[in-house]
Amino acid sequence: MAIVIDKSQRWRVVAAHVFLICLCALVIFPLLMVVSISLRPGNFATGSLIPTTISLEHWRFALGLPVTNADGQVIIPDLPVLRWLWNSVKVATLSATTAVLLSTTAAYAFARMKFAGKKASLVGLMLMQMFPTILALIAIHAIFSRLGHTFPAFGIDSPWALVLAYSGGIALHIWTIKGFYETIPAEIEEAATVDGATPWQAFWRVLLPMALPIIMVIFLLAFIGAVNEYPVASILLRSQDQLTMAAGMKQFLYQQKYLWGDFAAAAILSGLPIAVVFILVQRWMISGLTAGANKG
Amino acid sequence: MPMPPVLKRLLPSLLMVLLGLAGLYAVTVVYATGETLLAGVMLVTLVCFVWIYTSKKTYAYRYLFPGIGAALIFVVFPMLYTIRIGFTNYSSTNLLTFKRATQYLLEETYRAEGATYTSELHADGGRWRFRLEDADSGAAFATEPFALGAEGTHLTLKAQPATGPLPGDEMPLKDLIDRQPFLKGLAVVMPDGSQVRMTGLREFAPSRPQFTRNADGSLTNNETHDVLRPNFKTGFYETADGESVTPGFQVDIGWKNYVDIFTDTSLREPLWRIFTWTIVFSTLTVVFCTALGMVLAVLLSWENLRFRGVYRLLLFLPYAVPGFISILVFKGLFNNNFGEINLVLNGLFGIKPTWFSDPFLAKTMILIVNTWLGFPYMMVVCMGLIKAIPQDLYEASAVAGAGPITNFFRITMPLILKPLTPLLISSFAFNFNNFVLISLLTGGLPDFLNTSTPAGTTDILVSYTYRMAFQDSGQKFGLGAAISTVVFLMVAVISMIQIRSTRIAEDTKR
Repeated sequence: MAIVIDKSQRWRVVAAHVFLICLCALVIFPLLMVVSISLRPGNFATGSLIPTTISLEHWRFALGLPVTNADGQVIIPDLPVLRWLWNSVKVATLSATTAVLLSTTAAYAFARMKFAGKKASLVGLMLMQMFPTILALIAIHAIFSRLGHTFPAFGIDSPWALVLAYSGGIALHIWTIKGFYETIPAEIEEAATVDGATPWQAFWRVLLPMALPIIMVIFLLAFIGAVNEYPVASILLRSQDQLTMAAGMKQFLYQQKYLWGDFAAAAILSGLPIAVVFILVQRWMISGLTAGANKG
Repeated sequence: MPMPPVLKRLLPSLLMVLLGLAGLYAVTVVYATGETLLAGVMLVTLVCFVWIYTSKKTYAYRYLFPGIGAALIFVVFPMLYTIRIGFTNYSSTNLLTFKRATQYLLEETYRAEGATYTSELHADGGRWRFRLEDADSGAAFATEPFALGAEGTHLTLKAQPATGPLPGDEMPLKDLIDRQPFLKGLAVVMPDGSQVRMTGLREFAPSRPQFTRNADGSLTNNETHDVLRPNFKTGFYETADGESVTPGFQVDIGWKNYVDIFTDTSLREPLWRIFTWTIVFSTLTVVFCTALGMVLAVLLSWENLRFRGVYRLLLFLPYAVPGFISILVFKGLFNNNFGEINLVLNGLFGIKPTWFSDPFLAKTMILIVNTWLGFPYMMVVCMGLIKAIPQDLYEASAVAGAGPITNFFRITMPLILKPLTPLLISSFAFNFNNFVLISLLTGGLPDFLNTSTPAGTTDILVSYTYRMAFQDSGQKFGLGAAISTVVFLMVAVISMIQIRSTRIAEDTKR
């Protein structure tokens, strides 16, 4: 670092700390507020950041337990938060598994084999990634509603439709895994081939076990991606019981039915685990970070 | 289990043949239901599958087929299909295919003159019989027993005069409602030769099909004897004097949607304003996020500063929280009446801005929220780039007596801006289509006044097409798809610029 130490440096350090602390406060404020709101009694109550009276009614609502309100009325929660959470987990697990199966195999061919059209398909995958799914929403809706006429299990309102719709978005995963495979020396598989292993065995028994870390990361990224996905889920899922968390959450904040406190509890319930997992895997997202953009 | 070697060698090809045959059967079944496109896609997939997994030459493609196939079918195909829909009149009034619309009309019935009967459905062993009683004369009839079937099967039953009630239990109302689609397809021939159909849950009346199809494809209305002809320009069956009959069907209308976008004033006006806001929104988002992110990255790379790890983690949090949650959290915090932000502002300055009803404030709020969401990414990226700047540059500038401000504007910023450019462009492209933010935060509201289709002051192009297709303006899928296609072209241009700038950034690195 700089050899010459300025006299004003101490002031600058203090100023930087003040600035950063203020900014952190601004950034953290909404998150802390949500925790506070989820513990306050009532959906319209106001109060300080640290609630004076702690009430668990919103948490009971989010968990689907009956709530007794101030007038002694028993309210049965009408938004199936746990059901949505389960749907999210179900869809995300299935589509993350699909993503891992499809991208590990394709990346193997890209990393280790020679075939016609290799470069073109790699570039094509990258280009595909640049066009957001949201632009094809109308077609996706049309395709799955028509598919549903013939195969109801894959039509509108089915979790399988969502899994299928997500299964195509693997271009980035293929690039990431391909990059990882290329860090593993091909000689190891070649040795296995010399010993009589078929390419499939070399892939399945030799390469894949070594690629386990990246597979875990891709699984988690695909999982988080599917949980957070909103546009496709909101057009393919219609009935209350089939919604995922992302598609259902906005129902808490309708103008005519404003469940601010209940929303806060449900938000923490679903958001906290995802945020923790995300922080744990984000340092692996090198390619994702440099190719991605803002979050949505 | 030991297997004879011949069997082991033959088993894969045998399995492949069986799979191929099963696939072909499925394709035929789908084709028979009239879904030509689906059957076509399935057939192509099947042929590729069999070829790739049997030919030795295509070994590498065996690994690619599932992944690339999924990408082609569920990403590329929907994009092409969007373009295709943009040339049709697909909308809530023209929702069905021609075949289904015709079928729908042919299944319409009208109530003809004649006696009505009250009906009861009784069990008869494993089968069922209807008991019909003439509402006026009280004469009773019973049909022959029949088995329940699926919707769309048409049965004709004969009825005979009956005396007294039928022996079996009556079908419960709930089951009756469930079975109604099938039961409505039944025709009962009364002893006098008249034909009656189910017209209510407990009622049969003479009803006849509204339309009969003629050999030339036209339909004759049996009640009024009008002749309807399909008009493949408008997508409706039309009477001789040009009146159209619902439901309409999908037809190609050529470039009409595109012509509308660029010439129809009631559409062009809001579209132009939305386009402008889309550009302003994505540009300002990128500028704010980058500015804040870069300043923070510089501060957090300063080695004299303690607790950098803590700051970094805290400032990274907005990126980790799922977007759909944090956006909705802000929606609540900014709420005009009960939002915590207005409480604070009211307490400090005595003001209560109407964040959701004033267009300017709504746009401000969107930018604030999006900066909160987006700066951590820029911060992390900039920190990485700052690490790559050689230290001796700063040492030299320190010797020359330059202060930190000079360092930032003369060394740090120019050096990281170039490798940052492709990311800035991709961030611009992302926000250009940042549907989730707009849709969850404001939903495009407040709306413009005096527009033919609802359009919002905070709508960006994609949220506008979403509203057009799925929300308040009558499912205009065709028009929405046309606008999407135009946005596709814009994204393509942005991507091209991005690829070029990436190449420049990489060239200068070497």
